[in-house]
Amino acid sequence: MTEPSTLVVLPVLTERNRHFWQGGAQGHLTFLRCQTCGYYLHPPIPVCPVDQSKDLKPEAVSGRATLASYSVNHHPWLPGFELPYVVALVEIPEQPALRLTTNLVNCPLDEIEIGMALRVVFRHFEDPGGDVWLPLFEPDGDRP
Amino acid sequence: MTTRDGLAEKHCAVSGIGQSDVGRRLGRDPLELTLDACYAAVADAGLTPADIDGLSTYPGGMAVPKGFTGASAYETLDAMRLEVNWFDSGVETSGQLGSVMKACMAIGAGMADHVLCFRSVWEGSAQGAGGRASLGPGGGQGGTIYAGDFQQWMLPFGSAGAPIWVALFAQAHMQRYGTTPEQLAQIALNARRNAGLNPKAIYRDPMTLEDYFNSRMITTPLRLFDCDVPCDGATAFVVSRRALAEDLAKPPVYIEAMGAALHDRPSWDQLRDLTRTVGADAAAQMWSRTTLTPADVDIAEIYDGFSYLTMLWLEALGLCGTGESGPFVEGGTRIALEGSLPLNTAGGQLSAGRLHGYGFFHEACVQLRGEGGARQVASRPKVAAVAAGGGNTCGCFLLSTES
Ligand SMILES: [Zn+2]
Repeated sequence: MTEPSTLVVLPVLTERNRHFWQGGAQGHLTFLRCQTCGYYLHPPIPVCPVDQSKDLKPEAVSGRATLASYSVNHHPWLPGFELPYVVALVEIPEQPALRLTTNLVNCPLDEIEIGMALRVVFRHFEDPGGDVWLPLFEPDGDRP
Repeated sequence: MTTRDGLAEKHCAVSGIGQSDVGRRLGRDPLELTLDACYAAVADAGLTPADIDGLSTYPGGMAVPKGFTGASAYETLDAMRLEVNWFDSGVETSGQLGSVMKACMAIGAGMADHVLCFRSVWEGSAQGAGGRASLGPGGGQGGTIYAGDFQQWMLPFGSAGAPIWVALFAQAHMQRYGTTPEQLAQIALNARRNAGLNPKAIYRDPMTLEDYFNSRMITTPLRLFDCDVPCDGATAFVVSRRALAEDLAKPPVYIEAMGAALHDRPSWDQLRDLTRTVGADAAAQMWSRTTLTPADVDIAEIYDGFSYLTMLWLEALGLCGTGESGPFVEGGTRIALEGSLPLNTAGGQLSAGRLHGYGFFHEACVQLRGEGGARQVASRPKVAAVAAGGGNTCGCFLLSTES
């Protein structure tokens, strides 16, 4: 998906977060990972809290997730969001309590179920400060 | 755990309380409201401003959001011409009442004897004048809004603030424990019932379950009546050294214990357990500092910025079992003024106005002193649990009529 960059909220890209927001260019959900102990650091920070290692590298994960919670939002908090939209908390299976706040897309409201299997889908925004791929999640038809 | 004497709050009591006019949109100078509350608290204690030697406030001077803070520490110190031995303000603390904990610590550390604490808001007028700045970037047509820091993980997905973040927690609780919308509604209905007896409350007309379900859905499962009402108003306390408080104008309200702990990540989405609040850490610490137990609590004054936060706090404080807040509040009789655990006796922030944490502490003192008028709990409560905050910012107190 490619969207024009009008009336949207995008992250400010920094050296610390670029891998996450641009991982979608390669189709990958990408987290910073400690190369010493394997811990995923989210949000990304410069030192691993488990072993204080600074040997950290972006790594792709499977892109799979499960729905931990959701809210169907009906209130126009922000311009440019078509109502209603579904804010989702998704659990990334690679590490306990590694979660993302995101949107659930391509899912009828009456089929939303906590615990359902999801997969990442990226929404691409062109931006002069650097393109951004927002990781959204949709039902994973290949998994029950 | 250290000895009783080593605990700062065992040296402290609330000697005076004060509150300004409270209204949806008063259109008054927020510093005036702040000073009305502060001078009232000092006078209530039988003190004069010259006796005040400490000051503590939440959040203090901040550029944004509009209406979130009515006066800074410096403005108030200067306006009252206070000469203090200690003062502090700040937003990164254990809930709005973190400022009162710091006052206790200052007294316990021998830095002050009479600390004036205040919280002042004018969100009602600020929002009437142009939108709720606290919910992300303002309106505007076209272009791109950029989100940095913490907000980058939220705003691009329209997760625009606490209503949605709390809704996500509430939905998880409903899924895991079977909590129902009818049970959630009891927090709002109870608040409105009590607000009807509070002349200063914003919304006093009776609310039925049907009214509740007819209120606009904001973000499932939270409806408009699950969200507190922005207002203008200020609340203040004088926290005094116990030995001095006992000779002042009013019977002291003793600070029995307080809790500030934060053992989970200070985050809205990376918590270990989505159905648990960091308030549970604060509550565990509070109970570790007293011989009282949840069974001793006569009334509970608990933050209701969103109705679900009150349910979460009931569990965190051990006033009901984990996951059992739904059945606990079911039907509303247990938490009513005549019930076994009267809750939010002034109408909470849902109906009496978002005085932001301080309103609960104020009402606990009112009830413990027996000054509640039409809403006074008839059984004359002796112990009150007070909790404020939600998400990553939580703190709680146990107040008592006995030292
Ligand atoms: Zn590591």
